[in-house]
Amino acid sequence: MAVHEVVVDVMLKPEILDPAGQAVLNALPSLGLPAASSLRIGKHVELSLEAEDETAALELATKMAETLLANPVIEDFRVRPRHGG
Amino acid sequence: MTARIGVVTFPGSLDDRDAQRAVRLAGGEPVALWHGDADLQGVDAVVLPGGFSYGDYLRAGAIARFAPAMTSVVEQARRGLPVLGICNGFQVLCESGLLPGALTRNAHLHFVNRDQRLRIESTDSAWTNGYESGQEVVVPVKNGEGNYVASTEVLDELEASGRVIARYLGTNPNGSARDIAGIRNERGNVVGIMPHPEHAVEDLIGTAGTDGLVFFTSVLKALVDA
Repeated sequence: MAVHEVVVDVMLKPEILDPAGQAVLNALPSLGLPAASSLRIGKHVELSLEAEDETAALELATKMAETLLANPVIEDFRVRPRHGG
Repeated sequence: MTARIGVVTFPGSLDDRDAQRAVRLAGGEPVALWHGDADLQGVDAVVLPGGFSYGDYLRAGAIARFAPAMTSVVEQARRGLPVLGICNGFQVLCESGLLPGALTRNAHLHFVNRDQRLRIESTDSAWTNGYESGQEVVVPVKNGEGNYVASTEVLDELEASGRVIARYLGTNPNGSARDIAGIRNERGNVVGIMPHPEHAVEDLIGTAGTDGLVFFTSVLKALVDA
C-alpha cells in the first residue's frame, strides 16, 4: 500500500446559478482588468490516501466524492491524480 | 398524554431553544436530543432546527447528515415519524435525501433577515394541517443559502402532487425556484421550510405575530389523530 495524492474538483452544474462567480466576474472590469465572458467558482479538494495503486486510489476518491464531497443534485465532480503538485 | 417532540441540537445549531419553546407553547413536551446520540428517546416527532450545523462546512447540512441522531431520524422518518426541518434543518433534510432538491446560495448573495409573507399551499402534511389552504401568514425569514433548486421534472412533480407546502409572497427573498418556501415528502410526515415558524409564536416578540405556532399545533393534532 502506498500513499497516493488525488485531487477532486467540484463544480456547480452549468444550469445552477453561481452568484459568487457572477459577482467576481462583474468585479473584474471595475479593477481595470479585461472582462471575462464567464467565471464559475468551485471547490478544489486535495486528498492523500493509501491504496494498492493509482486506479484504486481514484476509485476511493470517487466514492468519497459521490458520498460527501459533492452533492449530485447541484454539483459535478472530477477526480484526477495530483502529479507535480 | 402530552406528545413528546424532540429537537436535535448539532454543533452550530442556533434555534434549538426557540424550537423547544414553540413546542411548549403549542402544548407539547419538548425533548432535547443530541446530534451524537442515535437514541431518539422514543419521541413522537422531531424538529431539526435552524443554525449553521458544523459551521456549514463543505455545504450547509452536508456534515450534519452523517450525525448518529440523523441516521435514526432518517430511518424513523421513512416509517412515518413526523419530521420538520427549519432553515438549516431543511438543508439537512435535502442532503440526507428525505426531501428532493437542494438549497444554494441566495441569488443576490446577501443574507436576508425580515418578516416574510407566505401562502400555505398544502395542508396535507403533519405540520400544516391546522392552516387553511391558501392562507396567508407572516413568518420571519433569515438565511444566506435558501435558494431552493431542483430539476424541472422534480419541480413539476412537486407541484402536480401538491407537495409545495408554502410559497413566498411579494419579493422572493433568495431566488428560490417557483417561489418555493417549503416542501413535503410523498407521505406528508416530512416537511422542510426555509422561513422560521418557531420565531412567530408569541405576540410579545417581534412583529410577525403567532402565525408560526400552527406548525407545532398541527403536529400535535396529527399525532392525536394517528
